[in-house]
Amino acid sequence: MTAVAITETEGEYNFAYLDEQTKRMIRRAILKGIAIPGYQVPFAAREMPMPYGWGTGGVQVTAAVLGREDTLKVIDQGSDDTTNAVAIRGFFEKTAQVKTTSATKDATIIQTRHRIPEKELTEDQILVFQVPIPEPLRFLEPRETETRKMHALEEYGLMHVKLYEDIAHHGRIATTYAYPVKVADRYVMDPSPTPKFDNPKIDNMKALQLYGAGREKRIYAIPPYTKVKSLDFDDHPFEVQKFDKPCGLCGARHVYLDEVVLDDQGGRMFVCSDSDYCEERRADGHLGDMAANPAASHLAGKSSGTAKTEAGE
Amino acid sequence: MTARLLSAAALSPGFSDPVHQGQQVFRSVMMALARPGRLTAIEAAGIQPPAPLTPALAAMALALADYDTPLWLDPALARSDAVGQFLKFHTGASVMTSPLEATFALVSDARTLPALSSFALGTLEYPDRSTTLLIGVDSFTGGKAVTLTGPGIETTQPLRVSPVPVTFWDQAEDNTRLFPRGVDMVFAAGNEIVGLPRSTSITRSEA
Amino acid sequence: MYVAVKGGEKAIRNAHRLMATKRRGDRSVPGLTLDQIAGQLAIAVTRVMGEGSLYDEGLAALAIKQARGDLIEAVFLLRAYRTTLPRFGYSEPVDTGAMLVERRISATFKDLPGGQLLGPTFDYTHRLLDFKLAADGELDTPLTAEVTETAMPRVTDLLSGEGLIEEDVQPEETAAVGDLTREPLSFPAGRDLRLQNLARGDEGFLLALAYSTQRGYGRTHPFAGEIRYGAVEVEFFAEELGFAVPLGRINVTECQMVNQFKGSAKVPPQFTRGYGLVFGQVERKAMSMAMVDRSLRCEELGEERTAPAQDEEFVMSHSDNVQATGFVEHLKLPHYVDFQAELDLVRRMRGEWFDRQAADQAAASDAIGSGATDTSEKEAAE
Repeated sequence: MTAVAITETEGEYNFAYLDEQTKRMIRRAILKGIAIPGYQVPFAAREMPMPYGWGTGGVQVTAAVLGREDTLKVIDQGSDDTTNAVAIRGFFEKTAQVKTTSATKDATIIQTRHRIPEKELTEDQILVFQVPIPEPLRFLEPRETETRKMHALEEYGLMHVKLYEDIAHHGRIATTYAYPVKVADRYVMDPSPTPKFDNPKIDNMKALQLYGAGREKRIYAIPPYTKVKSLDFDDHPFEVQKFDKPCGLCGARHVYLDEVVLDDQGGRMFVCSDSDYCEERRADGHLGDMAANPAASHLAGKSSGTAKTEAGE
Repeated sequence: MTARLLSAAALSPGFSDPVHQGQQVFRSVMMALARPGRLTAIEAAGIQPPAPLTPALAAMALALADYDTPLWLDPALARSDAVGQFLKFHTGASVMTSPLEATFALVSDARTLPALSSFALGTLEYPDRSTTLLIGVDSFTGGKAVTLTGPGIETTQPLRVSPVPVTFWDQAEDNTRLFPRGVDMVFAAGNEIVGLPRSTSITRSEA
Repeated sequence: MYVAVKGGEKAIRNAHRLMATKRRGDRSVPGLTLDQIAGQLAIAVTRVMGEGSLYDEGLAALAIKQARGDLIEAVFLLRAYRTTLPRFGYSEPVDTGAMLVERRISATFKDLPGGQLLGPTFDYTHRLLDFKLAADGELDTPLTAEVTETAMPRVTDLLSGEGLIEEDVQPEETAAVGDLTREPLSFPAGRDLRLQNLARGDEGFLLALAYSTQRGYGRTHPFAGEIRYGAVEVEFFAEELGFAVPLGRINVTECQMVNQFKGSAKVPPQFTRGYGLVFGQVERKAMSMAMVDRSLRCEELGEERTAPAQDEEFVMSHSDNVQATGFVEHLKLPHYVDFQAELDLVRRMRGEWFDRQAADQAAASDAIGSGATDTSEKEAAE
């Protein structure tokens, strides 16, 4: 019999999981990304113990940047409590033993998928994005060899043609998320699949933005105070989504809202996608018109990561 | 490599805690490049590199270089066997004679800084394939005043670096014009560093 | 409700606990041992080792057990473990000419030095379910023969003397071999990186691509020059010692496809080659790899690139099943923020569409002077 031997080595991972050499490789890519804002730096992304497409790029960037003194916040769809955010936060709690928080203001590093917090970020914060497809030109030209040339020559005509065809067909630019931007007047960049509502936040942001795409093996960055322009036309200027109603729970306006279906009779409400922002407002006494409605009570429930009492009930 | 072949200088202390010190030094360099021209503190205590390598320069080399990143040393550093051995021992990086092949260039005497265009500038398709210069200087108070603008700078950012070669700021302006190609620079004086990436525009102040 | 997933931590914990129970199955039935998996599901184990890029039967068996037999999940587990291992260097190239051969067949020659050796194979079995196996019936002892010292030169080496077949391109002694696990891939990639990519690539994907070339999507006229399976020695050049030391033996399948080639302006008519090498006895993968390798050499051989199997970027970007499954399955993650943005857009565009329709109809009915009713009105008002 061929005795199969397994030696127990589990639980002996380096700080923040990655080995030091891998961290150095990622760190060097981050430095290049910062020096060339919006340019996608190739890096040798490692296999992570979570699937590609589930945040491996963001996780590698966070692991390379994270220090003992940091406080980490992880959000997915704006919320700290979605399953993938919970899983990633748990990963860093386990491998780096860092402090975690759901309060945007307390975090030094915020890893996000698909949203930017509503609260303005500060110079002392770093925002790490998980990116599925970093190449803004990919759906116009599938070949990397071609898109690389287009970036090299600053040849973005194809993108403008695509956006213009939208206008011709639909009367407007039919891109609602992952809306392309031009960084520091040079590189066209994909801001990751955040709704275009968040695009104005990445323009001239005080915090450093780092973008990690693990499967596609690219890192890019936007330094603080960098001009980031959403592509548009003089006769069709860029505009963001507007919601007719305020948040049903906290009454906030001018924030991104999720539509929540309450029943099968057409009952629905709109609530803040940024759960921390919403909770903080309710704690400060702001109440929306649905806050006392029993149908919405499960939405107003205290999230697992916070100690705040909810004012909505 | 065996220990007896190494001089005592080579074994002089690098990071006592490579994981966390490496992370801290990297964060300083990252923030310095993200906020060009701003003085950023760097923690290099405990590192005792052989002269003329300074603790701040050594800390950056140890944090960023390894056997995947060829180094170029300026003549003053290249003359010292102890410096070469120290870097080899702590980073594993090989030392190149041509600045074109270097991922990082270590410069201890900024007055002898070669032309910026002699380093790897990257290509239009791969502008990241360029050299990052780590340059030791005396101070950020002397020398010509320049004003920086560009990514990472809210309005304008004043900067002085001393010493630099006479033609340095002309070269730095040319380097900016090459964008997205070009080199990135990090200056170190004492326990402070200043980043000057290729994305930064430079204007000469009157004073 | 799917959306909020409040208390996600607890839900995840409980889901994993349930999964562990499901994995164990009926507890009155003995659990599988790793020896059983490694010994009796050997081809699954070697597939996982190959696509997981880690030669360790025990760990591969564990991965298969943990993954409940989901081989792509097992490959993923092995890859994620592999990344954490320290790296000492690269082995010397294995010499498959010196293989301790267990099986060796050639479809191009009736007989050849060293002979044909059928070895363990499903080939020529009748694919009838074997009910005796279900009851673990008696087993005949296999026949054995003396180990012969006869050399078994590779078929491609036999042909090359005549110049009929292209020479193996000998890379320079000092040429660095690429490693796509350490360096980000850039195109065009060399053949070294292509072969590494294919060796790690998904068996099903390569099989489909190879099949497509047989059906005219980039035809390559392949013959199975030789397929050999057996043990080869892995050696590591120890810098301190100044010579190569053996690390152990691994079982591999090597396939050399021989392809008719009409020649080009630069190259005379001759046979060209495609190469496949995989861990274990995974012949289907080795053959597919060799066929796709040959297809991908179209540019080098001056052939027109028309088919998916000839497209380096297409093949290399989509062959990795760990990447592919991650990205396909990530659609399970919540996307409601983006969906909300699309919902808003589609609502507005629908409103405008129905308005336009209504206006057009009104104009049309005005023209003919009748009062047609508009059934779309209700929806347009939404």
